[in-house]
Amino acid sequence: MADQDIALMAHLMRRAGFGATREELEARAAKGYEATVEELLDTEEHGPLDQLDMMRYHPWAWRPGTLPGMGAAEWLHDMINTQRPLEEKMALFWHQVFATGVSKVDHYEDVMGMIVKFREKGMGDYRELLIEMAKDPAMIYWLDNCENHSTAVNENWGRELLELFSMGVGNYTEVDVRECSRAFTGWSILPRLPRGPIGRHDWFFEYREEDHDDGEKTFLGETGNFNGEDIIRIICEQPATARFIARHLYNFFVADEAQVPAWSVTPPVDPEAVDLLADTLVESGYDIRSTLRVLFNSDFFKNARFAHLKSPVEVVVGTLRLVGGAEFPAPGIGDLSRQPGYMGQDLLNPPSVEGWHTGAEWINSGSLMRRVNFTADLVGDPARPGIKALMERLKVQGERSPGKVVDSCLDLMGPLEVNPESRDALIGYVEEVGDFGWDGADQVEASMTRVSELLQLIVAMREYQYA
Amino acid sequence: MTSTSKDPVLVVLQLTGGNDYLNTVVPYTNPLYKDNRPTVVIPDDQVIPIDDKVGFHPRMGPVKNIYDRGDMAIIHGVGYSDSPRSHFRSMDIWHTCEPDKLGTEGWLGRATREIDPNKENVLTAVAFGASLFRALVLPGVPVAVVDDLDTYGLLPGISEQQQRTRMLERFARLYSPVMGSGPVMDYLGQTGLDTLKGADILKEAPKMYSSSIEYPNTVLAKRLKGIAQIHMADFGTRVFYVDHGSFDSHSNQMDMHDKLWKDVSEGVECFFDDLREHGVADNVIMLMFTEFGRRTRDNGSGTDHGAGGVSFVLGDRVKGGQYSEYPSMEDRDLEQGDVVPNHDFRGVYSTILEDWMGLDAKPIVEGNFEKLPFLG
Repeated sequence: MADQDIALMAHLMRRAGFGATREELEARAAKGYEATVEELLDTEEHGPLDQLDMMRYHPWAWRPGTLPGMGAAEWLHDMINTQRPLEEKMALFWHQVFATGVSKVDHYEDVMGMIVKFREKGMGDYRELLIEMAKDPAMIYWLDNCENHSTAVNENWGRELLELFSMGVGNYTEVDVRECSRAFTGWSILPRLPRGPIGRHDWFFEYREEDHDDGEKTFLGETGNFNGEDIIRIICEQPATARFIARHLYNFFVADEAQVPAWSVTPPVDPEAVDLLADTLVESGYDIRSTLRVLFNSDFFKNARFAHLKSPVEVVVGTLRLVGGAEFPAPGIGDLSRQPGYMGQDLLNPPSVEGWHTGAEWINSGSLMRRVNFTADLVGDPARPGIKALMERLKVQGERSPGKVVDSCLDLMGPLEVNPESRDALIGYVEEVGDFGWDGADQVEASMTRVSELLQLIVAMREYQYA
Repeated sequence: MTSTSKDPVLVVLQLTGGNDYLNTVVPYTNPLYKDNRPTVVIPDDQVIPIDDKVGFHPRMGPVKNIYDRGDMAIIHGVGYSDSPRSHFRSMDIWHTCEPDKLGTEGWLGRATREIDPNKENVLTAVAFGASLFRALVLPGVPVAVVDDLDTYGLLPGISEQQQRTRMLERFARLYSPVMGSGPVMDYLGQTGLDTLKGADILKEAPKMYSSSIEYPNTVLAKRLKGIAQIHMADFGTRVFYVDHGSFDSHSNQMDMHDKLWKDVSEGVECFFDDLREHGVADNVIMLMFTEFGRRTRDNGSGTDHGAGGVSFVLGDRVKGGQYSEYPSMEDRDLEQGDVVPNHDFRGVYSTILEDWMGLDAKPIVEGNFEKLPFLG
């Protein structure tokens, strides 16, 4: 099997999922690239995870808000162990777009309910997903649409729908915001009961006919007695919407873009790629699956290796999938699920409706130290099955020279592509001690200790922060 | 930057989870207190009287010593209008000074940028805790986030020191500038080297330190000791941040609150004693705040989320005493069962920023708020 096939498969799995072990990469590469893309897109091919598994061992995962720190544990477990990596990755994608957080909703179950919807609808028709979001209780509360009345219009949801969830600034007027908001009056939630002994009660969508402004509205040039569904239909007829979603897909899956608020003034990194994705969205009737198929099979995707700075979730889940040992929801899963938060991406709790700032903005001294220390601890643990398998391969290869061992490690950890200066620095490090030996238990043990240090330096590198 | 060892220093101690105002500064002679608190009540003979109206929680003896020296300001009724009664939201509001929208910039992140606009010191702001408090978040502002000063640094998992030193030397090389690797790689490199530099400096602090003060064996005391060590080491840190909790006493409050205030009071007393012993107390103040007070009426074993709370400012240069007013507990004055804040928290921040740190508060807290004369 050509090394390039493995490298390309590793790229696909890092982006369309959360990375894979070398064994999985080899099996997938044997099936072929396009076949793997199809398998990722066809979520029915593999069963969903048993959602009772977490609850069996962590009963409080049923109502995670009742135990501090368990809020995102279930989702983290799912991301590590899913057999449908793209479905889970798309849930993360939409969570970063429809950024809604417990900071205000104050109820993990409602926010987690959105994630479940992203799994179900995240690769289907974007228009249906938008309607689903417009009716989502967490979203309605998050953006105050429950305070949007026929007699007193609240523009929070109406504005963000246009600005952050569909078209982007510069494609509508303040009058459109107003008219859009009027159309969503009466889209509310059932009153919530007071807090109970196991946290808050769930919310449910409620359409209040009597609180809906049924009058005539003029929105983006069309006039009628519009309701919310009409608004979403008109929005999705705008070329700006397809371009906006296409750019989000590009930013998340292909290469880091400017931050979203700058999109109206900063052209895309690759305008042709965004145009192609936007055209596919329109031609397919906003079918996300068709658009992803085009994306993953495109040259611009295949050529974008390591053009994306990993998000904290990608660091944590990706490294855990690489080293293994997190298949069972052992005690400590709550702490694991807080790790992305320590690195700046508190799952289910984005800093604002604008979502997280991505790319280089993930990095500060605290978050970088967290990334380095967390991943170094994991790869430095020789008991992890993924590390055992890696050591076994090195033993079989039996390479002795520092240069070859460094190259093997970089290969088995990715394959990773690094600056020549970085490679030299790694080789220089192991050269200080000399050649590796693989004859007899003592030599093997000494070599494995040195490889363990080397692996920790590799994840500490700048290059490891890229996917 | 002209850093001298006498630059004003702020330590923030965040009481996370919503500290019960009524049982912290107890209005023990007000009959409404006992009416509202059939079970979660501190008996008269246990209150540590401040005057004939209010007294401290029984475990706050060590803090009372500081109060008696005239080094502690009690600021009554602190908060903001329309308390959302959500921990997350309320803490965000305190951190960002944005009660009406979700803010992303922390007030101390802004203050740190003002203090050190050219990022000359990677340790201008140091936070103790597991994560970066939003109060300190501001893109481009370096903040050292320390969990445990004794093990702080990159690759703490490597126990063998010589090996770790070798690896960190290599780390510095791996983060050194590489021509033409692009702005993001450069930024990563700079951040990595800042982090390494900060860690390198910080690890010296415990080595330079000796003291006769024996801090209690609690996480908070250990962190306060870390702050004292860094302050004494004179690294130019101007803003420290640490939290303790959880004060979220919905049930079994009496035991829980006892333990919490025992830990806070003892830790804080040791901290100031330590600074005084070393003659470095006169440029340090500490702000203690919580995101909201708790419901006026108890729920049978605890108290639920409320609104108005109490803040404290401590330090040798603080003008001790009581500021603002204890909000009314009359039924007609309560909002949703809570005492109503009568002093905006941004006023407390403004006083500290202007009268202590020497900064212009308005752009940091986004507006003009009433200041109080607790800093002279």
